[in-house]
Amino acid sequence: MGPLDHVDLAAIWLTLKLASVTTVLLLLIGTPIAWWLARTRSRLKGPIGAVVALPLVLPPTVLGFYLLVAMGPNGFVGQMTQSMGLGTLPFTFAGLVVASVFYSMPFVVQPLQNAFEAIGNRPMEAAATLRAGPWDTFFNVVLPLSKPGFVTAGILGFAHTVGEFGVVLMIGGNIPEKTRVVSVQIYDHVEAMEYTQAHWLSGGMLLFSFLVLLALYSSRLKQNWRG
Amino acid sequence: MKLSVRTLLKCSLSLLCGANAVSAAEVQVAVAANFTAPMQAIAAAFEEDTGHKAVVAFGATGKFYAQIKHGAPFEVFLAADDKTPAKLEAEGDVVPGTRFTYAIGTLVLWSAKASYVDAKGEVLKSGDFRHLSLANPKTAPYGAAAMAVLDKLGVTSSLQGRMVQGENITQAHQFIATGNAELGFVALSQVYKDGKLTSGSGWIVPADFHDPIRQDAVILTKGKNNPAAAALVAYLKEARAATIIRAYGYEL
Repeated sequence: MGPLDHVDLAAIWLTLKLASVTTVLLLLIGTPIAWWLARTRSRLKGPIGAVVALPLVLPPTVLGFYLLVAMGPNGFVGQMTQSMGLGTLPFTFAGLVVASVFYSMPFVVQPLQNAFEAIGNRPMEAAATLRAGPWDTFFNVVLPLSKPGFVTAGILGFAHTVGEFGVVLMIGGNIPEKTRVVSVQIYDHVEAMEYTQAHWLSGGMLLFSFLVLLALYSSRLKQNWRG
Repeated sequence: MKLSVRTLLKCSLSLLCGANAVSAAEVQVAVAANFTAPMQAIAAAFEEDTGHKAVVAFGATGKFYAQIKHGAPFEVFLAADDKTPAKLEAEGDVVPGTRFTYAIGTLVLWSAKASYVDAKGEVLKSGDFRHLSLANPKTAPYGAAAMAVLDKLGVTSSLQGRMVQGENITQAHQFIATGNAELGFVALSQVYKDGKLTSGSGWIVPADFHDPIRQDAVILTKGKNNPAAAALVAYLKEARAATIIRAYGYEL
């Protein structure tokens, strides 16, 4: 790739790494949250659902600013991580992962929640009459039935993290191979008037985003045909 | 806050009537982030003295360049360097003959903590800090000057893994102010008022440690026929503006 130098390639690699780690973590954390939101009759359903959905509405700068303050040496998260001997999270890859988990949470939880809600009670009751335990039911009944929801959640979580900019800008510190992701690199190129590289990276992002959404919508179309 | 209906009415009336006033005009100004504090004071004084209103946007010089090239409505541009205004002039986006140096920037090694930075910047060699904050040297003149200082002190390579970059000088300051970086290079104007540091500790970097940070201003083509644009540029050269500019630690 002629116009992209090793710094650009490092940014691409870092972005993919960040999005992968974040997506795996989000599927692990998001599944129980989505399951709870889908099944509960608790009064907390509304507030918790709203908190999960907040990043859809909030400007990333708000999240970035609070994370910068909270994860800093004087913030409560920062004091916690320091007392555990981990130092502080801003300007680190781990810090970006934490921020991205918050930032992309609704994109994983909401599709999962929809999938779980769509299953309804009957398969669960059927499983129960066959004496399946809750874990057994979850892995052998719920998971297969909600597979499309997991695919959507994974793709959206990954893609949304790739597209992250404001939060990373505010807590990243622009360190090559640690926090300088593609979106920040594009911003730098534009500011430095290096429009050729900015075009290559931006064009790449556009193509990537289109392909991801194309894959997502085509697979949905197929399901609808079958369904 | 008490905002009576009458005050609101008055405000909206004055907005409506403002359009009819002959003398007062508005000028759209793009201002380098490091000049934020003095520009706010200058804009207030300018309005008081001339009746014209300066509508100010603060940001990174490189970003303003891109926006100006693509039709942004700015009429006056106060850059953080002298290269960008010269480039705009060469490309015909500037009213010829209006370019001048409105301030020469001073760099400071600053920490939000009291007595953390010594008077000679020795902390750069001896300090056990984890993060040194600076503005992106590729795009921000203060970042480039900071790199020159580190080179001159011979500490660039030993500090490599500890440098964090803000997208502009405002963000470099923010990293330090929130305690995430123990110290860093910022514009003196950000931490200085009336002859002393407003908080923390700092080493005001001697001017011969880096190339002078000449900050140039121009009237852009869009402001050619706006009397307020010419008035603002003239005002920047007057004594009252000069006093404000010096008060924030700039040279003239």
